[in-house]
Amino acid sequence: MSPRITLAVAARVLTQLRRDRRTLAMLLVLPCLVLALLWWMFDAGGAPLAGGFDALGPPLLALIPFIVMFLVTSVTTLRERSSGTLERLLAMPTGKGDVLVGYALAFGAVATVQSALAVLLCWAVLGLAVSGPVWMLVVVAVADAVLGTALGLFVSAFARTEFQAVQFMPALVIPQILLCGLFLPRDAMPGVLGAISDVLPLSFAVDAMSGVSTAGGGAGLGGVAGSVWGDLAVVVAFVLAGLLLGAATLRRRTA
Amino acid sequence: MLTRGTVRVTIQHMVKNVVEVCDLVVRRGRVRAVDGLSCSIAPGVVTGLLGPSGCGKSTLIRAVVGVQVLTSGTVEVLGLPAGDRRLRHRVGYVTQAPSVYDDLTVAENLRFFGRVLGVPADEAERCLEAVDLAAVRDRVVDRLSGGQRSRVSLAVALLGSPELLVLDEPTVGLDPVLRRDLWAMFHALADAGAAVLVSSHVMDEAQRCDRLLLMRDGRLLASDTPGDLLARTGTRDVEAAFLAIVEHAQEPKEVTA
Ligand SMILES: Nc1ncnc2c1ncn2[C@@H]1O[C@H](COP(=O)(O)OP(=O)(O)O)[C@@H](O)[C@H]1O
Ligand SMILES: [Mg+2]
Repeated sequence: MSPRITLAVAARVLTQLRRDRRTLAMLLVLPCLVLALLWWMFDAGGAPLAGGFDALGPPLLALIPFIVMFLVTSVTTLRERSSGTLERLLAMPTGKGDVLVGYALAFGAVATVQSALAVLLCWAVLGLAVSGPVWMLVVVAVADAVLGTALGLFVSAFARTEFQAVQFMPALVIPQILLCGLFLPRDAMPGVLGAISDVLPLSFAVDAMSGVSTAGGGAGLGGVAGSVWGDLAVVVAFVLAGLLLGAATLRRRTA
Repeated sequence: MLTRGTVRVTIQHMVKNVVEVCDLVVRRGRVRAVDGLSCSIAPGVVTGLLGPSGCGKSTLIRAVVGVQVLTSGTVEVLGLPAGDRRLRHRVGYVTQAPSVYDDLTVAENLRFFGRVLGVPADEAERCLEAVDLAAVRDRVVDRLSGGQRSRVSLAVALLGSPELLVLDEPTVGLDPVLRRDLWAMFHALADAGAAVLVSSHVMDEAQRCDRLLLMRDGRLLASDTPGDLLARTGTRDVEAAFLAIVEHAQEPKEVTA
């Protein structure tokens, strides 16, 4: 691995995204539209429903960057694998880490802008109650996005076509959404499902996000509750594990 | 001219081969794509790898570049095992399908691969001019014709003047004028000391090579200069020579059967 090559990969991925104006616009605008829709459903019509936007906003702030980056990354890296450019890159002095970290950096940068816009909208315009520091919402969202990127990089190895890549969404992402505590509090789930939920990365991501907005100003580092840092650490550990698994699927030699 | 030719021949005898393939077998799925093949490739000449579609040219090329899982046998490049990390900036490789980024411009593609290889920035410009693409340098690749795209891919392989250049069917579907120019470029690169391996399924291209490797069904039929091949088989073109060798090889089999 070398910083020169890692940064070259990241810059190239960003240039590709910049060329694709429509995808870029969707990456930045769609999360905001979805959150606005959620607010409209729950809070705009007079008396807010139970929990309402304040309860559902944070999980969605965690879910959206994860889903979007998972899809974008799995399709982009699949394209790189099938077009032969990955083979060419790996026949050059590129390390596997250069490819993985390059992608993670590029999509992490996009995710930062995406999450900052979504958080700003929720907090400043839609009046989401946030008892912890607002910047922490962005930090957690970026970690979720990079988690999506890491997982997307990994699964792209198991798809031959873009159709197949998109099918990993119902296989790997939707179960996590169902079990992350958005639909049913995790401690109210049947025992087995609760246990499964306790080891899924998205559960920790959602817990971290909800923790910032409700548990609020804890005594922890930076005025953030210690449990939030703990959840975030687990998410980061999943990111690293995902990148390592991804590295194992990048092969210089193929059959 | 005469002295230059003599010098080149002398150098060829002194310098070790750039590629040494020994008893190579590569199984891909059910087929033995390369089936016990040995050959060598010398520096300073253009070697043509010719054979019909599906005979294993791309597989052999991938083995030389070090991206193919081998079943048995060895492939050495510049004295190192093919694919060794020390070879990664010394070997230029053009895959059969152009492997460049369709959504980047020509110049962006070259700049990116140039940064990966760590070559000076003006190297990209030199390679663009070598394949005659300077005029479309700011065009996005997916707006280019097929021939232009494969030349972008070729330009990437030229970055950093590799000692071994491996090109998988680089001239397929190109305009004859352009094809002639590319072959002239391959010879210029070889004159500058590189080993150039070019595959093609078009037998006519044999005349443009200094040496030929003829392949069929994963095996090597002949390794010769075009002149010696024709003389040896008593034929007038390489296609006839190919047929003569295949038929000659089949005769004894029929007798024993
Ligand atoms: N990825 C692959 N998986 C399985 N078989 C393959 C693969 N690629 C090529 N083959 C088979 O290997 C043989 C040689 O193919 P290839 O090296 O591409 O030939 P050529 O380049 O001369 O057309 C063919 O029989 C082909 O069907
Ligand atoms: Mg081929």
